[in-house]
Amino acid sequence: MACYTAAALKGTLVTELPLLETTDLYCERDDRVLFSALNWRAVDGEIWQVAGVNGAGKTTLMRILAGLHGFFDGEVRWPRWLAQQQDPRQHFLYLGHKAGLRDELTPLENIRWWTSLHGDTVDDAKIFPALACLGLAGYETVPCAQLSAGQKRRVALSLLWIMNKVVWLLDEPFTALDADGVTLIENRLREHAANGGLVIYSSHHRFDDAVRHVRLALGEVEVA
Amino acid sequence: MSFRATLKREVVLAWRRPAEIINPLFFFVMVVAMFPLGVSPKADLLSVIAPGVVWVAALLAVLLSVEGLFRNDFEAGALEQMLVAPTNLYVPCLAKIIAHWLLTGLPLVLVAPLLGYMLHLPEQASMTLFLGLLLGTPTLTAIGAIGVSLTVGVRSGGILLALLILPLYVPVLVFGAGAAAYAANGAPVEGLLAILAAMLLASLTLAPAAVAAGLRISNGG
Amino acid sequence: MWQTLTRWYHQWGSPRYFFQYSGVLLPWLWPLAVLTLVVGVVWGLAFAPADYQQGNSYRIIFIHVPAASAALLGYIAMGVAGLVGLVWRMKMADIMIKAIAPFGAVLAAIALITGAIWGKPTWGTYWVWDARLTSMLLMLFLYLGVFALMNAIPDPRQAGRAASLLSVVGVINVVIVKYSVEWWQSLHQGSTLKVVGESAMPSEMLAPLLISMLGIYLFFACTVLMRARTEIMVRERKSQWLREVLR
Repeated sequence: MACYTAAALKGTLVTELPLLETTDLYCERDDRVLFSALNWRAVDGEIWQVAGVNGAGKTTLMRILAGLHGFFDGEVRWPRWLAQQQDPRQHFLYLGHKAGLRDELTPLENIRWWTSLHGDTVDDAKIFPALACLGLAGYETVPCAQLSAGQKRRVALSLLWIMNKVVWLLDEPFTALDADGVTLIENRLREHAANGGLVIYSSHHRFDDAVRHVRLALGEVEVA
Repeated sequence: MSFRATLKREVVLAWRRPAEIINPLFFFVMVVAMFPLGVSPKADLLSVIAPGVVWVAALLAVLLSVEGLFRNDFEAGALEQMLVAPTNLYVPCLAKIIAHWLLTGLPLVLVAPLLGYMLHLPEQASMTLFLGLLLGTPTLTAIGAIGVSLTVGVRSGGILLALLILPLYVPVLVFGAGAAAYAANGAPVEGLLAILAAMLLASLTLAPAAVAAGLRISNGG
Repeated sequence: MWQTLTRWYHQWGSPRYFFQYSGVLLPWLWPLAVLTLVVGVVWGLAFAPADYQQGNSYRIIFIHVPAASAALLGYIAMGVAGLVGLVWRMKMADIMIKAIAPFGAVLAAIALITGAIWGKPTWGTYWVWDARLTSMLLMLFLYLGVFALMNAIPDPRQAGRAASLLSVVGVINVVIVKYSVEWWQSLHQGSTLKVVGESAMPSEMLAPLLISMLGIYLFFACTVLMRARTEIMVRERKSQWLREVLR
């Protein structure tokens, strides 16, 4: 397994490097091994599904990739940004297991705060069409408490249209969506991959033969 | 950027949930009202214990209100978004502390002179009580935020928070209540207020870093 | 010198090295600790001269002072370990905090109880809100806070890191607490023991006091090493090296 350090990478063409590489990733919880010896390379233009039964550690793996969960052995590297000495987080769009919206705030206010954390000033002119495209026209200034679970998920997913990030880390993005919504998101993921982005999502739902997967099962890992 | 946005967001959130501002204030007033009932209505006794009673009640009110600083964001998953964002976590943490104090701490400070009057605190001490709380309560909020950041994911974190934080509140309490008691006796208090101001500056600069570290830890980092 | 120190730091920072060499050290450290403690305490309680003012009641300082100083030292040690754990993410650091906290709390409690017993003949009451007793009470609270936090978080690594942060914050605070409590009230008699400069105590009293202090420190070190070893065994129970060492 190649080891990418900033020094060794000098002179390498940055685009030849994979986006994500994990080495011997191992994680356990409450004495139970979630996964071990996870060696995984992901490059741009790919869509990866993190699959596995309930409690297999899908969310934990997604949180590790996003840099939220730090209790694991092995390594997670983002070689391309390591080479450019950039903080990989500035290229992530992470949507968690929970929608991440405060019920008291409107979709517009939630999204504005969200994007401000990324240091982006996003024009409302970009937010409105994104929400409209997800069927939320007219709900922009309604408190999220009044939205259904599916609508809240759509608000969170509207960031896929609003923010411009290379790596999408989506934990259970299809939860609570209706058939329409699922198709809409599937197409958006394909589009992102076609544009050279990397999509990693956790779900039971595999929507395309081109989608590759990491399957977690009782400590065993299958990368295919 | 994220400072102003977070400040604004917190104000809007509080505006939509006014109970979170008003309840600590009621609590503060009620706790103070219990003392004449529990101790004695005599003016000479109350005037002696007034600084300490007001300060302890303010401290408990801050402790109770600060517990909710990250809880709703944690439960909604919004806290995760703060943690994955590439901006320095220090900035939104500082914004949240300041916003929280403006919304819950400042009202306590404003009603404190009234409570002092009701406890027969000598008039010359009223201003010192006010200034002491003005300088001291933001420190209480900042230190409390560190405890909250560590207990945010813990079940029944409220009582645990009190165990962690109350011993850390001692210096602010001692100098704050001490200053008001000094003023009641006509002694100079500038030095004590300066110490409170120094603690305020130190806690406002250092606490957000500790809060950021605490949030990472309690979210699995 | 510096290189030796950093080498030690890295060696003792590895659970495996720590486990092996603490195992070598302990059979020597234990008898030494018990010996110094017994010599110091027996000398102090039975053979040192009586105080011309307080008579025999002062003798409790041979337990009170060592316990109080070890409790303070333990808290500072936790703060240092916490800082090391947070900055360099060293595994051993939070194991050390877990090892120190309970015994430190016990020492603070011993200091409080002996202080109260001493207070009865000296001040005529078991409890006065004197600066030192109050500081020690707050120290006990700080210890209990660390302890409670560690017990509230199920994941031991997460608990360790949370306790690290709290210890660092606590140590910064403990200095201010001490200063504020001293301002608050300074009724207590002046410092009995000065590390630098002339001591107010005659040497026949000072010698057993210093020996019992050393005894408590060694005893503390032994229990911390043993607790750390237990924690290492729990955390590394799946490691190959532990099985080999224990075979």
